Amino acid sequence: MALSGIFLMVFLVQHLAINLTSLIPDNGYTFNKISHFMGYNPVVQFILQPILMLGVCFHFTMGIFLEYQNRRARKSKYVFHKTRSSWISKNMILSGLVVLAFLALHFYDFWVPEMDYKYVSKLIPAEDRYYHELQEKFHNSTRTVIYCISFVLLGLHLNHGLASSFQSVGVTTSSQKKLKLIANIYSISIAIGFTVVAVFHYFSH
Amino acid sequence: MDKDGQMLSIKELADVLNVSQKTIRRHINSGKIKSVKVGGVHRISREQVSSLLEVEEIIVDDLINIGLERGFPYDSKVPSGDLKNKWSKHKGTINLVSPANKRNIDIIVVGTGLAGASASATLAELGYNVKAFCFQDSPRRAHSIAAQGGINASKNYQGDGDSDYRLFYDTIKGGDYRSREANVYRLAEVSANIIDQCVAQGVPFARDYGGLLDNRSFGGVLVSRTFYAKGQTGQQLLLGAYSALNRQVNRGKVEMFSRHEMMDVVVVDGKARGIISRNLVNGKIERHGAHAVVIASGGYGNVFYLSTNAMGSNVTASWKIHKKGAFFANPCFTQIHPTCIPVSGDHQSKLTLMSESLRNDGRIWVPKNIEDAKKIRNKELKPTEIPENDRDYYLERRYPAFGNLVPRDVASRAAKERCDAGYGVNKTGQAVYLDFAAAIIRYGKEKAISTGQDKDNIDLVKSLGKEIIKAKYGNLFQMYEKIVDENPYETPMQIFPAVHYTMGGVWVDYNLMTTIPGCFAIGEANFSDHGANRLGASALMQGLADGYFVLPYTIGDYLADEIKTGPIKTDTKEFDEAESGVNKFIEKIMSNKSGKSVDYYHRKLGKIMWDKCGMSRNAEDLRSAITEIKALREEFYSNVFVPGGADGYNEELAKAGRVADFLELGELFALDALERNESCGGHFREEYQTEEGEALRNDEEFTFVSCWEHMGKDKKPKLNKEELNFKSVELKSRSYK
Amino acid sequence: MELKLKIWRQKNSGEKGAIIDYNVKKIDPDMSFLEMLDVLNQDLIKSGEEPVAFDHDCREGICGMCSLVINGSPHGPDKGTTTCQLHMRRFKSGDTIYIEPFRGTAFPVIKDLVVDRSAFDRIQQSGGYVSVNTSGNTVDANATPIPKPDADEAFKAAACIGCGACVASCKNSSAMLFVGAKVSQYSRLPQGKVEARERVLNMVKQMDKEGFGNCTNTGACEAHCPKGISLDNILNLNREYIKAKIRK
Repeated sequence: MALSGIFLMVFLVQHLAINLTSLIPDNGYTFNKISHFMGYNPVVQFILQPILMLGVCFHFTMGIFLEYQNRRARKSKYVFHKTRSSWISKNMILSGLVVLAFLALHFYDFWVPEMDYKYVSKLIPAEDRYYHELQEKFHNSTRTVIYCISFVLLGLHLNHGLASSFQSVGVTTSSQKKLKLIANIYSISIAIGFTVVAVFHYFSH
Repeated sequence: MDKDGQMLSIKELADVLNVSQKTIRRHINSGKIKSVKVGGVHRISREQVSSLLEVEEIIVDDLINIGLERGFPYDSKVPSGDLKNKWSKHKGTINLVSPANKRNIDIIVVGTGLAGASASATLAELGYNVKAFCFQDSPRRAHSIAAQGGINASKNYQGDGDSDYRLFYDTIKGGDYRSREANVYRLAEVSANIIDQCVAQGVPFARDYGGLLDNRSFGGVLVSRTFYAKGQTGQQLLLGAYSALNRQVNRGKVEMFSRHEMMDVVVVDGKARGIISRNLVNGKIERHGAHAVVIASGGYGNVFYLSTNAMGSNVTASWKIHKKGAFFANPCFTQIHPTCIPVSGDHQSKLTLMSESLRNDGRIWVPKNIEDAKKIRNKELKPTEIPENDRDYYLERRYPAFGNLVPRDVASRAAKERCDAGYGVNKTGQAVYLDFAAAIIRYGKEKAISTGQDKDNIDLVKSLGKEIIKAKYGNLFQMYEKIVDENPYETPMQIFPAVHYTMGGVWVDYNLMTTIPGCFAIGEANFSDHGANRLGASALMQGLADGYFVLPYTIGDYLADEIKTGPIKTDTKEFDEAESGVNKFIEKIMSNKSGKSVDYYHRKLGKIMWDKCGMSRNAEDLRSAITEIKALREEFYSNVFVPGGADGYNEELAKAGRVADFLELGELFALDALERNESCGGHFREEYQTEEGEALRNDEEFTFVSCWEHMGKDKKPKLNKEELNFKSVELKSRSYK
Repeated sequence: MELKLKIWRQKNSGEKGAIIDYNVKKIDPDMSFLEMLDVLNQDLIKSGEEPVAFDHDCREGICGMCSLVINGSPHGPDKGTTTCQLHMRRFKSGDTIYIEPFRGTAFPVIKDLVVDRSAFDRIQQSGGYVSVNTSGNTVDANATPIPKPDADEAFKAAACIGCGACVASCKNSSAMLFVGAKVSQYSRLPQGKVEARERVLNMVKQMDKEGFGNCTNTGACEAHCPKGISLDNILNLNREYIKAKIRK
C-alpha cells in the first residue's frame, strides 16, 4: 500500500510538472512537445504506462481490501466513538474513492479519446493537438468544478498518505513534525498546482 | 542462642530441661543458675548447662534441638554451620530430581506476580510441568506492578562498603529482630544475582551516562544499593518475569489459567495434591492435580478494606491452605506507610501511595489551635493563612534529632495521634499537612545566591525554588494534583498513613515449604524475611529471590520422593470432598435473596480493623475487635446478597469469597496482636511503650514467630512458637530522639 | 452531582448487548470515575439488580486492567490518564455519559464492559521475551554497558501497561502500537538484538492471526495512550519487520 502510494506520488509530481508547462505563454508549444513525446515514446507507452496502470489498480484494490479487513477487526461497532485523530486520516477510503471516481472521469476525458485516436481510429500523429484538447475540456464549468473538488480531496488524501506511507516503510525523519511539514508542503503544492492549471484554462479561454 | 552459639536463652534452657520458663527465672534469681545479661536479656552459658546436666557440651546441642522440637512441632530445616555457608551447603546437599523425572512432575503455582511468575518460569525452565493461576486477566496485572521505588541488591557497584552481610544486617535490624537469620542472609546472598538476571532479560534499569547501572539510596540504610527504573521499578521487574513466563508458555511448559480463582487446596494422605479452582468467566468449578502446590498470592492488606493494595488482592489462597493445616505466622505484622493521599470521603475505594522521599523536603504540621483545624475542615480557612506561630510541627517537636525523617511506623502513629485529638485537616479530619513552602524558599535562595540574582526578591526566589522542587518530585506532585485537584506548589499537600504491606503470612521452613508437605509459599504470601517491619525496596527483592533462586531448588528436596508417584488423579474422594465444599460455600452465599452487598461487609470489617488493629493497638480494643468481627461474620453469612448466578461472570460472587476469608483472617489478626504483649516494628501496643511514647520490645519473652494452627471451625486457633535464635547480630532497641 | 449514564450491558459474549440508561445521584466531584460506578453498582444491588461488570484492579494507573470507552474516548476525556485516575470533577452535574467496552473482534466482550484481552498475552508469548535461562548464571549486570539514550528509549517503550486503549481508539482496531512498543524495547537493548528477527516476525504473525486490523497511521493510539507511548514505536516496528523480511 505504502510503496504503491509512494510510486504514485512520484508520478503525480511528473504529471503536474508537465501540466504546468501548459501555463507557459508560448501558445502551448512546450506542453505539446512534451505531451507528444509521452504519447508516442515506446518506453513510456509500453513499459511505464502499464506499470503505472498496475500501480493504480494495485493501490485501490489493496485499499479496498484493507478497508474490508479493518472493518472486520471491529464487528461490533461503537455507539459513540470520538477519537483524537484527524478527519482525513480516518477517511482515506472516502477520499480515495472520490479520487478513483475522478480518475474514471479523467480517463473518459483524456485517456479514452487518446487511445481511440492512436490505436482505434489510428489517426495521424499530430504534435500540436494536446494544448487545444486541454483547453477544450475546461470550457465546461461543471467539469472544472468537479476537477477542483477532486483536487482538494486528492490533496487531503496525499497529506495523510505521504506521512503515513513513510511511517509504514519505516523511513525516519528526525521528528514526526518534520515529516508532517514535508507532507503539508507536498500535498498543498499538488492540490494547488493542478487546480491552478484547471482554473487557468477555464478563464483563459 | 546468641552470638557464636555460646549462650542459651531462658526459653531454650526451659525447653532443654523440659521445665517452665518461670522455674528457670526463679533459679536465676536464687543464684542456682548463673546467667549473664546480654543487651538486657538473660543468657546462660553452655558450660553452665553442661555442668547443670552433668553432660558434655556437645550433647547440649542435641538437647537444644530436642527442646526446640518439643516446643515447636516443625523443623525449620535451617542448615547447621556458619551463616555465610548455610545456603551453598544446603544447595549442595539437598535432594535433586533428574531431568528425566522432572518431565513427569506437575506443579501448580497460584498467583503470578513477581514471585509466582518468576517461580513458574524457572520451574518450567528446569523441566517441571507448571500450571499457573491468576485471578486477573493477565499475569502482567499483578500488584507487584505498582511498586515504585526500587529493588535492593548488595552489588556494591558504588563502592560504598556494601556487602551481603550489610544488607543482611540492615534487613534484620529493620525488621526489629523478628525474622529468621538464615533466611535473611540467603536473601542478601542471592540479591546480586537478581540484577544480573533481570538485565539479561531486558529490564530497562536506570543507567548513568557511562552506560552502567545507576543506584539511589533508600530509607534506613547507609549505602546506595537500590536499583530502579524511574518510579516504575515494580512494573519493569514484573514485565521481566512475565516475559520469562511467556517464553515457557510458548514452549508448552507452562499452562496459564488467567481469570481463575483458587477455591481450595486438596490434601491427600497429608500431602498437597492439587487445587479446586473457579473459572471466573464461566463459573465452572475445576479440579487440578499436581505433585506440589505453590502459593504466591501476595499479602492480605485488604483486610483493612482501604489500603494501597489492588482492589482484587486477597488472602484466599493463603487462608485456604491455613485451614487445611498450614500455620499462619505473625498475622499482626502490618506495615502502615505514612505518606499516602488521604481518604476524600465515604466513597473511597482505595488509597494511593506517594514515595517516602517527599519527607526529605516536606515539613509535617497541623494547626496548633483546634478552632483553626475546625475552620480548615469547613473550608473557612486556608492553610497558607495560618501564621507560622500557630502551626504545630509535631514531628520536629517530638523527635528533634530525626524530625520529619523518623521511620515509617513512628511517623504514621504521630499523625494518627494528632488527628485523633481533633487537629486533623481535610474535610474528613483524617489528614495532616506536608508543606514544601520552606524548602521552596530555601532552595530558591541558594539558587539565587549561586547564580548572582537578588535573594531578597521573594517572587524570584519562589519561582527558582519551585523549579528545583519540580525537578526532584515533579511526577509525584503531578499525581497528587490529578487526584486531589490542588496545586501542591502553592498549598501544602495533605497526607495520611495507609496500610501498605503485610510482613506476616504463611509459615514456611528454610525450603519455603509450609507445614503441609508439598505445599509451598513464596513472596509476600509467606512470613519469612522481613520480621516485624520491612525496609523500602526489599519486597521486590524477596519476591524475585524466592521465585528465581530459592524455591526452584528447594522444591526438589521434596519432589525427589515423588518421582514414582505417577500422575495425580483428580477423581478421588479427597477431590470430591474439596469440590463439594466449594460448591456448598457458593450455594450458601447465593442463597440469600436480599440483604446487604459484599462491599458493605468489607467496609465494616475494614473499619473495625483500622480502628482497633491499626497503627496502635491495646488489649481492650483487640478483644472487642474479636467479638465484633465474629458477629459481623455471622451477619455476613445470613445477610449478604450476591445478585446474578454462579454459572457465569459474577464479580460480586468472587468478592464474597474473598471477604469471607478476610472475615476469618481479621479475627486471627486481632488475636495475634492481643497475644503479642510487646511493641515491635509495625505492631505497636499502647501498653508497651516507654515514657516518651516509644515502642518497647520484649526480647526476653517474644523473640519468636507466632505460628497459628487452625483447630477447626469456631475453635480457638493454637499458638505455636518458633524460637528465633540470633547468632550473628546483637539485639538492640531503636531510638530516634 | 447528578448524572445520566448510558451504559453498554451485555450478558455474555454470545448474546447481544444494548445501551441501558441509568441515573446516579449524590456524586462527589472528588470521586474517581470507577468510584462513581461503584455507587451505581451499590444502588443496583440494593434494588436486587445485577451490577455493571467492569475490569479494574490497582486503581492507581499502572496495572492496565481498567478500560472503558467514555463518551467515545478510551480512558475518558483526559490525556495521559487511565480511567481509574479520571475524576468526576471533570464532568458537570446533569451531564450524559456514554460508557462502552473496548471494542474489537480480537477483544470479545465477556460481560457488560469486561472484555477479553488475552490476545495481547498470546502476542507476547509468541516472542515478547529474551530467551535467557532463569537460573541466574548470566554475566554480571554491568558487563555490557548500554548507552543512556538507548536505555532511556527502551524504558519509554517499556512503560506500556498493556491496557488496549490503542486498539480501542484505532478505527481499525490495530494493535501496532502495543506490538511496536514491545519490539522497540528489545530492539534497542543489546540483550534483545540477538533474537530481533524471529521476535518481530512471530509477534506480527500472531497479531494478524488474532484478528487485529491494519495500521493506517491515524495516530489515535498515541493520542489516547494513557502512558504516552510514541508513534515512533510503530515506525520502528515497521523498520524491524522489513529488515527481518529482507534478511530472510
